Amino acid sequence: MYGKGRIIPALILFLGLMTAPMWFKSGDVSKLPKPEKPKDYTECVAPTQFMRTAHMQLLNEWRDDILREGGSRTGKTANGTEYVRSLQNGCMKCHSDKKKFCDDCHNYASVKPYCWDCHLQPKEAM
Amino acid sequence: MNSKRRDFLKIAGLTAIAGIAAPSAFNTLLKGEANASSAPAGGHGAAAVTGKRYGMVIDVKKFTENPGLAQQCVTACHTVHNVPDFGNRKDEIKWIWVESYNHVFPENTQYKRPDSLKEMPILALCNHCDNPPCVRACPTKATYKTKDGIVAMDYHRCIGCRFCMAACPYGARSFNWRDPRGKDANGQPFIKELNPKFPARMRGVVEKCNFCTERLAIGQIPACVEVATQTKALVFGDMNDPESEISQVLKTSFTIQRNPAIGTHPSLFYII
Repeated sequence: MYGKGRIIPALILFLGLMTAPMWFKSGDVSKLPKPEKPKDYTECVAPTQFMRTAHMQLLNEWRDDILREGGSRTGKTANGTEYVRSLQNGCMKCHSDKKKFCDDCHNYASVKPYCWDCHLQPKEAM
Repeated sequence: MNSKRRDFLKIAGLTAIAGIAAPSAFNTLLKGEANASSAPAGGHGAAAVTGKRYGMVIDVKKFTENPGLAQQCVTACHTVHNVPDFGNRKDEIKWIWVESYNHVFPENTQYKRPDSLKEMPILALCNHCDNPPCVRACPTKATYKTKDGIVAMDYHRCIGCRFCMAACPYGARSFNWRDPRGKDANGQPFIKELNPKFPARMRGVVEKCNFCTERLAIGQIPACVEVATQTKALVFGDMNDPESEISQVLKTSFTIQRNPAIGTHPSLFYII
């Protein structure tokens, strides 16, 4: 092979650099986010799987319904517990630690919602 | 041959005209009534009253009798709604404010006026017009009229174009030139004390009075009205309910409105 003295070490170096993240385990898939669930409450407004995938749509629906259609500001869970349909006054009542609940997943998924540009976090987290 | 061709053209022409005109003529006739104007059917007078329409009567005399009351109303509103105080008039955000008679009623250009008008503290806020120009101007429907007559805003949708500010004839809208949650040069936050029950706004959106929608929803009266309860300087209620306090006041007192000639139909009434 012509010029193998340079090509083979260069190839090895290239492969090494490319696979470096794997050796150093950055972005380990096994490290899934574990948002801290509230201790005093066991039931959310909708099933966990739905909340996991669609909480943002749910928040938008609440907003449009309440602001524009004059919808109810309270709702009832499947077990009949009344809750406030509001991010600031509802969700954050149970999920009172934004850093441990919201940010844990949002950082993992690298999404940056702008909720808190306007809405106020509970006192503890501020 | 010639006469036949002539007849053919006549018949063809008549058929074409009949074909085009018949549907619209039938439509008009079958609907039963052809209106002279494009206004909704029913003829004369205002449309039938449906639903609520919130309004407010501002008794300016009571504010002259109780100096400082107007400012208390402003403070109460701005505290409840996390309205920032930037400390200069250029960046000022105001939902409700105290203004002079000349500025509130510029169209009343009497040559001679009572001296008492000069010092009169007149509260001004969003008029919650029945025909709001700001709503028509908003390109994103961030501002809209609710069923109970409140001109409300969804700050999520506001793109900060400020068309609504140009459209509002009453100067009731303010733009956030600066971050309302920020701090001044001395490290003091612009919002002195945050009300955790209500959100703040962000830089680049327009804001205004919301007639305390969030308080009405839980059975409270607007913050400014609450402050003025004892003096009855502000009367708030549903104008479509003939039994409500505001309906009684409007029935018995002569009131004026800000620039009624432009047809915005404000929901604010002033007793001077």
